Amino acid sequence: MLRFITRRLVGMVFVLFVVSILVFLIFNVVPNSPPAQRLAGKNATPTLVKSIEEEWGFDEPLPQQYATMMKKVFTGELIQYSPRVSVHERIEEGIPATLSLSIGAGIIWLSLGLVLGYLAAIRAGGWLDRVLTGVAIAGVSIPVLLLAPVLIYLLTYKLEIFPNGGYVGWTEDPWGWFTHLILPWFTVAILSIGFYSRVLRSNMLDVMNEDYVRTARAKGLSERRVMTRHVLRNSLIPVVTLFGLDFGATIAGTAIITEVLYNIEGIGLYAAESVTKFELPPIMGITLYGAFFVVFINALVDIAYAYLDPRVRLGGTAR
Amino acid sequence: MNSANRATDPAEPEGSSAGYGPWRLALRRFLRNRVAVAFLILFFLIVAFVLAAPLWANHVAHTGPNETHTLEKLHVNGEIREVVTPEGKPIGPQWFEAGGKFFLGADSRLGRDEMVRLMYGGRTSLLIGVASGLITALLAISLGLLAGYYRGWVDAVIGRTLDVLWSLPVLLIGIALGISLAVGGLKIGPLELSGGSIWNPIIVISIFSVPYFARPIRGEVLALGEKEFVEAAVAQGAGPLRVMFSELLPNLASTIIVFFALIIANNMLFEAALSFLGAGVQPPNSSWGTMITVGEELLTTQPLLAIIPGVMIMLTVLSLNIVGDGLRDALDPRSKVAFEARTGIAETERAPV
Repeated sequence: MLRFITRRLVGMVFVLFVVSILVFLIFNVVPNSPPAQRLAGKNATPTLVKSIEEEWGFDEPLPQQYATMMKKVFTGELIQYSPRVSVHERIEEGIPATLSLSIGAGIIWLSLGLVLGYLAAIRAGGWLDRVLTGVAIAGVSIPVLLLAPVLIYLLTYKLEIFPNGGYVGWTEDPWGWFTHLILPWFTVAILSIGFYSRVLRSNMLDVMNEDYVRTARAKGLSERRVMTRHVLRNSLIPVVTLFGLDFGATIAGTAIITEVLYNIEGIGLYAAESVTKFELPPIMGITLYGAFFVVFINALVDIAYAYLDPRVRLGGTAR
Repeated sequence: MNSANRATDPAEPEGSSAGYGPWRLALRRFLRNRVAVAFLILFFLIVAFVLAAPLWANHVAHTGPNETHTLEKLHVNGEIREVVTPEGKPIGPQWFEAGGKFFLGADSRLGRDEMVRLMYGGRTSLLIGVASGLITALLAISLGLLAGYYRGWVDAVIGRTLDVLWSLPVLLIGIALGISLAVGGLKIGPLELSGGSIWNPIIVISIFSVPYFARPIRGEVLALGEKEFVEAAVAQGAGPLRVMFSELLPNLASTIIVFFALIIANNMLFEAALSFLGAGVQPPNSSWGTMITVGEELLTTQPLLAIIPGVMIMLTVLSLNIVGDGLRDALDPRSKVAFEARTGIAETERAPV
């Protein structure tokens, strides 16, 4: 187990290094204009460009520039240009909203996905099973960009069931926090519920053909016990892995769009605002931190997975 | 011709199909799948719709996608309507009342024709989806073939690179690259792109989609490499290129076709997200993603402005996904049979709970 963890952590550090190199290349090398000009944005004054050039050491060799960038990112010296505010402070301010959104959505899609998948599997071919097939294919095809405007228009403006966007702190007003987040949660979750229930369903149908399930039935265990203890348990692991991967991707992906559409003041909204203002330092910071976070979550999931399932740490590679 | 009639006859049982090639059998299976055929037709209709953009713009709407009409007035049924009110509210859908002008209304306080922008935006979205799909396919097939054929360290390097790419927060890095290219453009050797070029999002999307396509290809090449026909080709003196292109590639065709449809759908969603956030298609050009950005601001008063482009994205992506699924069933009937057999077993073995 220890060997697996070490191997996995080394792999993680490697990926993190690759990510930082990628981000460095994206911002400092790839595009076709002086980097200082680009960092300052489209409407920068010459003095600003000059000061950025000195601050970031753009006349130095590339490895030196890379070191400067990483130092800025890790010591919290990353500063946006208008207004000149620390990127770290802005990101810290956005963390509660973003975590509330993604964790809540994750809980909803995992629990509903599991319940529906379980019901579909024990009645494979039934109406629920068929409906979920349709929901799953619609789920991968409906963009959040369509779902959110429709929900906001119908439920917020027309029927006035839900409050109009924004984010209310958990500590200030728990009920307000809840009502403000219901629609965003479901917007993120709905699209995954169908898919997750399909994955669980097909896993369970596979497991149902295993010898130990027949043995359990032969022992005279009740059908419910066979299903929950033997079939469901053994079908959960792939779903949990998938969830670990998707959860990180959601925080870094769907959540950005959802935060913009519902005007939730989280990290995603900050990223989107920076994009429209061509503010590159925040995007650099958010991309790096976001990538680190996602890679870290993936590593944690893999380790948890190996802990639950000895076959992984004994057999496969350190992915 | 008699055989052609028989080939498309849906009532024809599979048993009498001896003598037909695998492609014709697949076509027949596909045509029997009513849902997939319906959505394939829908996809062609959407393509026809966006291709008709210049016709509509020149002969019906008499305006271009980026032309503004802020201060203009329309004469409709004897009354005068402002394209944009002094408060900045754009005109709603006119359908054919103004002779086809502002069919879906104006897009924002700039007073651009929403219908014309929808058609031209669809061109951009579809073009980006298909072009990036082609580039993704090209990269993924080459990488998958190399990794699967050479194995060893080549496979290790390619495999790990794909793993890393797979585990990245793709949208976030896509935004970073997209915005970076949008500010500065790109210059590699003779290739030079300006910041507003449509190729910037195409490049971003193609790169980050490669793992989704390359992994299944690699897996299949690994499996095919064990087969006797590859051994036979090598024994006859075929070199690596010949084995890869004449022996392996034709056997990958069905996987490639299926994944091509699915990857275009995926890439279009990616494009919409990038463009919506401002890191994809740059204004004033429209794509379905940027139109949602513009329309979202008027959601309370003119909800259709944000919803119609979203519906277009959904229909296109849905039709591609369903056609892709249909193709998979048609090209690889075993997968469907296995699936049905599995559900069948589950059905018969299921004891009452």
